[in-house]
Amino acid sequence: MEKIKLIDIAHSRSGDKGNTLNISLIPYKEDDYEWLSSSVTAEKVKDHLKHIVKGKVTRYELPNIKAFNFVCEESLMGGVTTSLAIDTHGKSLSNALLEMEIERGK
Amino acid sequence: MLRIGSGAGFAGDRIEPAKALVEEGNLDYLILEGLAERTIALSQKQKQINPSHGYNEYLEERIRILLPILLKKNVRLITNMGAANPTGAAKKIIEIAKEMNLTCKVATVTGDDVLGKINGNYKVFESGKRLRDYEPVISANAYLGIDSLLPALETEADIIVTGRVADPSLFLAPIVHHYGWNLEDYELIGQGTLIGHLLECAGQITGGYFADPGRKDVQGLENLGFPYAVIEPNGNATITKLDNTGGTICLQTVKEQLLYEVHDPENYITPDCIANFSTAKLEEVGKDQVRVSGASGKRKPDTFKVSVGYHAGFLGEGEISFAGISALERGELAQDILEKRLLKSFPDLKTDLIGVSSLHHGQIGNYRPYEVRVRVAALCGTVEEAKTIGHEVEALYTNGPAAGGGARKRVEEVIGIVSTFINREEITVNTEIWG
Repeated sequence: MEKIKLIDIAHSRSGDKGNTLNISLIPYKEDDYEWLSSSVTAEKVKDHLKHIVKGKVTRYELPNIKAFNFVCEESLMGGVTTSLAIDTHGKSLSNALLEMEIERGK
Repeated sequence: MLRIGSGAGFAGDRIEPAKALVEEGNLDYLILEGLAERTIALSQKQKQINPSHGYNEYLEERIRILLPILLKKNVRLITNMGAANPTGAAKKIIEIAKEMNLTCKVATVTGDDVLGKINGNYKVFESGKRLRDYEPVISANAYLGIDSLLPALETEADIIVTGRVADPSLFLAPIVHHYGWNLEDYELIGQGTLIGHLLECAGQITGGYFADPGRKDVQGLENLGFPYAVIEPNGNATITKLDNTGGTICLQTVKEQLLYEVHDPENYITPDCIANFSTAKLEEVGKDQVRVSGASGKRKPDTFKVSVGYHAGFLGEGEISFAGISALERGELAQDILEKRLLKSFPDLKTDLIGVSSLHHGQIGNYRPYEVRVRVAALCGTVEEAKTIGHEVEALYTNGPAAGGGARKRVEEVIGIVSTFINREEITVNTEIWG
């Protein structure tokens, strides 16, 4: 199986609400949505982002627009207003997800 | 068909795109959103120092540029840039209009400020603690919804100035007003909320915050156009921008914005409804034109969310850079020295290697940098304590690794934000007309 990074087939934007981070995952080709749903699970995302995400990861599916939304709790060092992190909003974290390596599906 | 433009997506947004939208967009309404969570607390502090201040620092500049064309083109302006002082903002707008020999009416919508209505017993949503654990509280503002804006829309006001209003409501209110939608038709209100949500960050749907050369190329970002929506009576809308501006509107930009700062897309809670974005349909119907339909919603919540700002201390911060083949080793040595010097007094000290691991708290893959910038930060009780952080970084010049350069230090007040909820009946909204 060919190994690829998510960034090769999908794009993403992250956003914050308090200490919770959300990261979208949107395949460039809508046909890729189906196999991505079995390969990019909440568990795999939690494991991939273990340095960042300290809480639960929930995956929401949007089959209408062929996109996923990963909601990651306890991920922003307390949240934008009091965090000591350099990227208080976690705006750069979409690229952390896109670095994830997976096996290309069909 | 109703046309609503988005002229600012945050307090300090660029002004030129809004000007172009008013001049050439054939708009009915222009919305300026400029109130991040902390902004209102900072504004409240300015108002305490000077009672005529406390509104957006760029509002005057925006009004001077936009007012003549807004009036000429008959475009109504709605903005939350009144921040902690919508009344002060309205008086200033009238003053500017007089200076420019223009006549305009301004409506203010107030009632979001609930500082006098909450107390220490209120439960904090994020932590489960009580508000009394977050003293001293600086500001408390409820996120008002469309029902608070409708009375102002029914007046002759050219400009409507508010404080805290939920961002999508700023866009939804003129749609509901224009088409006479029923506030309890939650299917329509949910679809209108999605239109507002898509527009509220302005350039973030037209190719701003999107470009990645080679993967997601965007032409003409330097001349990025802001979006407007053409909205049909049934709530279906086309998001587009002016032809002569840079950027792009396509399925990709709209999808990214649809999920921006969203948790459960089936339950997006606003003061107006609980919107369901998962039923939405998107379709590219032309160059830079995406048609949005199908979002829905459920009954609105009984409470308003309240954003509470409190004084959380002072941030002390310092940075210094290293370069060359051993940049990483010297950066790590500097980090080690700073931790040994500071951790005793500041146990929560955060140290970072910028260029290595500061953004993702580690590295995914292994890359060796040519330059490394060491950063330390701590949340301190006093300004004096906060100053010692940067002071220790600066002292690395003569007390640390070789060839450190570009040391900088900074101290700033930290305003924390937490949320609570207040019953709707405790809020009294006031609409006043000025000018």
